[in-house]
Amino acid sequence: MRRFTLISVPYIWLLALFLIPFVIVFKIALSDAAIARPPYLPLLEFSEGWAGIKAFFSELDFENFVWLTEDDLYWKAYLSSLKIALVSTLFTLLIGYPIAYGMARAPNEWRPTLLMLMILPFWTSFLIRVYAWMGILSTEGLLNQLLMGLGLITEPLMILNTNVAVYIGIVYTYLPFLVLPVYAALEKLDDSLLEAAEDLGCSRFSAFWLVTVPLSRSGILAGCFLVFIPVLGEFVIPSLLGGSGTLMIGKVLFEEFFSNRDWPVASAVAVILLLILIVPIVLFQMNQQKQQEAGK
Amino acid sequence: MAQTIFAPWDDPEEKPLIEFVNVTKRFGDFTAIDNLSQQIYAREFFALLGPSGCGKTTMMRMLAGFETPTEGKILLGGQDIGAIPPNKRSVNMMFQSYALFPHLSIWENIAFGLKREGKDKEFIQARVDEMLRLTRLEAFARRKPHQISGGQRQRVALARSLAKAPKLLLLDEPLGALDKKLREETQFELMDIQESTGTTFVIVTHDQEEAMTVASRVAVMDHGKIIQVATPQNIYEAPNSVYVADFIGDVNLIKGQAKARDIVEGDDTSGGLELHWGEGHAPLVAANGDTALAGKEVVLALRPEKMSISKEHPAAANALKGKVIDIGYLGNISTYHVELDNGTMVKAQIANTRRVSRRQITWEDEVWLSFSATAAIVLEG
Repeated sequence: MRRFTLISVPYIWLLALFLIPFVIVFKIALSDAAIARPPYLPLLEFSEGWAGIKAFFSELDFENFVWLTEDDLYWKAYLSSLKIALVSTLFTLLIGYPIAYGMARAPNEWRPTLLMLMILPFWTSFLIRVYAWMGILSTEGLLNQLLMGLGLITEPLMILNTNVAVYIGIVYTYLPFLVLPVYAALEKLDDSLLEAAEDLGCSRFSAFWLVTVPLSRSGILAGCFLVFIPVLGEFVIPSLLGGSGTLMIGKVLFEEFFSNRDWPVASAVAVILLLILIVPIVLFQMNQQKQQEAGK
Repeated sequence: MAQTIFAPWDDPEEKPLIEFVNVTKRFGDFTAIDNLSQQIYAREFFALLGPSGCGKTTMMRMLAGFETPTEGKILLGGQDIGAIPPNKRSVNMMFQSYALFPHLSIWENIAFGLKREGKDKEFIQARVDEMLRLTRLEAFARRKPHQISGGQRQRVALARSLAKAPKLLLLDEPLGALDKKLREETQFELMDIQESTGTTFVIVTHDQEEAMTVASRVAVMDHGKIIQVATPQNIYEAPNSVYVADFIGDVNLIKGQAKARDIVEGDDTSGGLELHWGEGHAPLVAANGDTALAGKEVVLALRPEKMSISKEHPAAANALKGKVIDIGYLGNISTYHVELDNGTMVKAQIANTRRVSRRQITWEDEVWLSFSATAAIVLEG
């Protein structure tokens, strides 16, 4: 009985905060748009009894999901989001891994400070930090002024409102999510393993590839998923830093919802996005579990 | 057939495999190794023994290439290895923590060094199989390090470091993580493997029993210096200083004034020194004492097991009267703590040839401790 009570707490939590909202969204996805409040039909009318419930279910259909396949905007947005998420995860890894490595190799007394510096940006609003990048990247921005002042360029670079700005924003924002798990994995690494590798004939570089990288694999995977999963549905960064050419599913979702007020199509987009996300989330969970078992 | 004794260090013709030439190693202000010179010969099993912080691990790490000497040089086979990085030395090390690669199987761990050498597949397969056989690990080749026991891991570490057939194998506290019984078994395994592979072993340990058991020579270290290098027997029977006598095994140290004794023709217990150590006590006799110490303040070092205990005055060269204060029963032997008239505590170890219930000497008994004229060693005080 006590065990049941204990287990029921997270399940009730999941039910209330995940399953019920999902069912509501899924129901809206099966409805039709209407000029009404709320802007979709049918609505469940309990006052009409059994007949009302039957009528409600008969009016639900998969029309909106069919629509998503007919208009190429949607699958192009999904693909483009996947591409942006993949590329920015790769860049975050390329920049984040050396940072994490440097932190893990730093003298012991330095590590808390370095960790603090990594976490510090979280203490200011994410929105403000993205706006700050607008100030840096715009044509009259700090970056262009600096480059022109140094005489490296004569014409200001168009960075803001392009995909480049989106990549910069994503890498900047999600860097700590990658650095922290990689750092945690690297910090546990026993120095004598590297000495053993060198003793057995490895150069410093091959010892890194053959020992350090495989042993930080779970940290790398965890970090990559922690970047990839939220970036796939990212909305704020592409809409603030990206331009009209930046196609991301989060942005499409927002526009369907607020500009078109087509809640059913927006909900269908959200349901598909969730289904796409299940794959990396399950892989992430499997990685975490494996890591836990290896730790025992 | 006359058995040849393995003692290359006594042969002036023999070239040493390793030579430390005036090596000093400093870490900041701390001097870990202090102007040390030492030679180690091929096929030796050389033990570095000392308390923690004495520099033994630093010496080993310099041989492996993880540290470079601040001054002086280290020669391996006549070649200065100071500038050679660890991966280019034909020296391998077995780490105290074993440092097995957790992501690789036992087989892959042992093959790791061979693969780096770029050996062909058949060679690696044959060599790894040979190592697995040598360390009796054939059944575990496919397992990961966390799936085997501590003793097996120790053998994997040994197999991995031997796989490349190094000229010199370094062992850093190799048996520290094993329990006593397994450690004793493994000591003999190590000796067998050392003998059958003909590799030179240098072992670092703080366990004197281990050093005495496995080594052909033991170097006792303190504060970055080697105090004495000798075979285990000589280290124990003929320590060159109070430090070594005290560090190795149990010892009674009695201070006093040395006096030369007359040599009587035909009596091999004559000559040497006698120790005047207290008013009203007969001097203690040490026939093997170095007469050069006559007239000096000296310390008489006496191993507890070289003493006898009896209730009656014994007919021995040296006899001390005292009272039994404590008896430490260790099963095979008992240690008697005897307080002499002047308050000095002396330990005597006696084999328990009789059952405890039939023991004749017990607490508070007046007893005589005795030892022969050649049992003690006289050391400079």
